[in-house]
Amino acid sequence: MKQFFLALVLALCGLQAFAIDKAPAFEDPVQQARYERLSRELRCLVCRSETIADSNAQLATDLRRQLRELMAAGKSDQEIMKYMTDRYGDYVLYKPPVSPRTWLLWAAPALLVIGGGIAAAIVISRKSKLSDTDPADPGLGDT
Amino acid sequence: MLKYLVPIGLFAALVGFLYFGLGRDKQTLPSPLIGKSAPVFELTRLEDPAKTFSNAELAGKPYVLNVWGTWCVGCRQEHGALLEIARRGEVPIVGLNWNDDREAALGWLQQLGNPYAVTAFDGEGRAAIDWGVYGAPETFLVGANGTVIKKHIAPLTVEIWEQEFVPLLPQAKAGSP
Repeated sequence: MKQFFLALVLALCGLQAFAIDKAPAFEDPVQQARYERLSRELRCLVCRSETIADSNAQLATDLRRQLRELMAAGKSDQEIMKYMTDRYGDYVLYKPPVSPRTWLLWAAPALLVIGGGIAAAIVISRKSKLSDTDPADPGLGDT
Repeated sequence: MLKYLVPIGLFAALVGFLYFGLGRDKQTLPSPLIGKSAPVFELTRLEDPAKTFSNAELAGKPYVLNVWGTWCVGCRQEHGALLEIARRGEVPIVGLNWNDDREAALGWLQQLGNPYAVTAFDGEGRAAIDWGVYGAPETFLVGANGTVIKKHIAPLTVEIWEQEFVPLLPQAKAGSP
């Protein structure tokens, strides 16, 4: 059984492997991992909801080639991201940077939780102060 | 009173967000190139792989850069407008043939007419990446001082040309931003 699960995990890991290029881009596994990570951080601008790691569009293929070349030229992650945003703007980043234009987007989950929490607290405290006026409901106090 | 104001206020805010979301153009991305100097490319000419063309040769003159490909439906759609704009001769149009096949592109120009003063062949899409091109047809207006003044994404029409490009031509010719 244990072996079965191990095999299953390994099989699923296999699915995660980089399949869009015909061959691994770099022989060095560290560089290859970096290449895979960076290509998942860049958006394919034709297909919008895909990263260049997922897309078969010609533009994504060209951008992956560009990424490989920049890495081979020894550019840092920051330099590569700047190269991309200089040409395509922040939209090319799959994870938008926190900026005056995007703070609401980033803050939205926290704001919703806080707002919901406040609303729930108000409703609960109000309801708990109400006296039980429903004659059909014996209430907990009578049992 | 507050009991009614809060949900109505929230509803109004939601309607506001949705309304403005509807009206927004989410397809066209703003170009970070506007106001910056145009990326320089040196590519082979479409009609002759032995000859090169660089947009640096156009320094001091305004020009339009039109990105196209024979695989691009919108490019066929806008071709008539490009021919008309070229006929008016207000500003030369430089073609950037993007990720295309040389023979097919030459055939296209022969069949539909050639609006381009010169066409550069970007078979590997490298110049296109420098220009932040993501979907043909894209049209740029570059001023005499070499700065990118405007970018239009989607097929060009004579109306769009007259409304959005022609008013910018004096600025493009003067070269001041």
